[in-house]
Amino acid sequence: MAIRERLSGNEAVAYAIKQTAPDVMPAFPITPSTEIPQYVANYIANGKVDTEFIHVESEHSAMSAAIGASAAGARVVTATSSCGMALMWEELYVAASDRLPVVLALVNRALSGPININADHSDSMGARDAGWIQIYAESNQEVYDNFLQAYPIAEHEAVHLPVMICQDGFITSHGVENILLAEDDKVKEFVGEYRPAHYLLNEKEPMAVGPYAVSNYYMETKRGQREAMKNARQVILEVAEKFEQMTGRKYGFFEEYRMEDAEYVIVLIGSAAGTCKAAVERIREKTGKKVGLLKIRVFRPFPEEELAAALKDKKAVAVLDRSEMFSATSGPLGAEVRAALYSAKSQAEVVNYFYGLGGRDITVEDFEEVYGKLEELARTHVVKDMYAYIGLRE
Amino acid sequence: MKNTVEIRWHGRGGQGAKTAALLLADVAFKTGKHVQGFPEYGPERMGAPITAYNRISEDPITIHSNIYEPDYVVVVDDSLLAGIDVTQGLKKQGAVIVNTEQTKEEIAAKLRRHGWKGSVYTVDARKISLEALGRYYPNSPMLAAVVAVSGVVTPAEFLKEMKDSFAHKFAKKPEVIEGNMKALEMTFEALAEDGAKSVKKSA
Repeated sequence: MAIRERLSGNEAVAYAIKQTAPDVMPAFPITPSTEIPQYVANYIANGKVDTEFIHVESEHSAMSAAIGASAAGARVVTATSSCGMALMWEELYVAASDRLPVVLALVNRALSGPININADHSDSMGARDAGWIQIYAESNQEVYDNFLQAYPIAEHEAVHLPVMICQDGFITSHGVENILLAEDDKVKEFVGEYRPAHYLLNEKEPMAVGPYAVSNYYMETKRGQREAMKNARQVILEVAEKFEQMTGRKYGFFEEYRMEDAEYVIVLIGSAAGTCKAAVERIREKTGKKVGLLKIRVFRPFPEEELAAALKDKKAVAVLDRSEMFSATSGPLGAEVRAALYSAKSQAEVVNYFYGLGGRDITVEDFEEVYGKLEELARTHVVKDMYAYIGLRE
Repeated sequence: MKNTVEIRWHGRGGQGAKTAALLLADVAFKTGKHVQGFPEYGPERMGAPITAYNRISEDPITIHSNIYEPDYVVVVDDSLLAGIDVTQGLKKQGAVIVNTEQTKEEIAAKLRRHGWKGSVYTVDARKISLEALGRYYPNSPMLAAVVAVSGVVTPAEFLKEMKDSFAHKFAKKPEVIEGNMKALEMTFEALAEDGAKSVKKSA
């Protein structure tokens, strides 16, 4: 029987870390992820888990230590947010190209400036090209579930890539909600032991990790990362299936909510999906209009074909980005969803809106308005504002 | 959302409004409800106005926005009434609960300036806390007050859960358990006299 609890998102991740018992956790505090290493440090101090905690002097050092420990053959975790991740930047790419299954608990927060501590996806979206698998959560339950699935994905021999488990700062990280926890022994069995085929501390197999690669080798390394990312697609689904057997909770690349007959669809990532679901229910109940939601869970690897298949025959789609990329056109999710639909020769009308930057709240009413615009767009085929900001004060 | 009670807490940084919201979520959770307890974070500094929220429901809660049309508003510090309209968006049939040494009439008059004509309850958490505990901890009386007024859990369930929770929290200081329980009961009594629905004595 699952354990009924109420936890904040940060508590849920710390609990999942305790249950998966990584060997090493180097971490440096930054709001709103600080509580994760804080709670884990408590578990360690109280003898609940034997993880080696490394007090580092910066996030750059945190990721460097994670890389070193992972290369040595250890299971590793760290946690950060926003500017903390920005300081890890260089090392993010090293972890990925060294093919190290480091797991990063990221609590999404806006990047400076202006300085701001609240939720948006500019930190992880900026790192979308770093070669990390990225998995996002709507709720505390999902971030816990995603974290438990992180090691089986990252450490799979066909993958061997670092994984970022993302949740929205404060909204889930500091919000307390009901949650179902899996028992320790089940989790232990689910994540298994990490037994890398190659590792630095294996005296029988001397090796180098992360040496210089001349032009004759660099491109092949990238190809290897690409293949691993492609392999991750299948592994993510297999791990999700095994997870469903353990908990009854089903996961895939994305969640389709009231999508079967939906004509007007919102696509987004993260905690706002729950608010959008309430809008979907309200609209369907009040007006019978066929509205639906597609919530992206896995952004890297990007589920292009599956996404296009789910969206291509819809009348109108609004892709909502919680980060800017200053192309002066689309946001990161908008650009990729539209590219996927173009490849699928979709005739769906598509707009790309921005919301929630720096923690700007988004409400059920905001979503009702977006669905209203989609309906108008499908009727008139006139795009009034392709890249609107939701909830902007003007 | 149907079957959902929404509560907004107003306090000042350091006064425990966030903690109170989390405690209320805890109690409601223990009685089998679906809960949310979450703070709204701005610049973090002691004494600055802060807001915290609760959603409590029989059904799973998916909404992740702040609460703009609460059923109840709890004000932990009456000096906030001068600066902000705590009743903004409050449902007409809802109620405001204010921690204050002022009379209900004085507080109601202040709220009327913002157009609030609905129910007002006052709790002198300082007086209750000092009498029951000998020190000022506003959380226990404020929690009891919101339960008395909202009925979001029954008073009996509330007292039972709080007793368990105090017993756990103060395992090494059992002498304060009784004082805290007394603070809850005194609040119930004060609000029963004020006509709060959940604790009103049957005629």
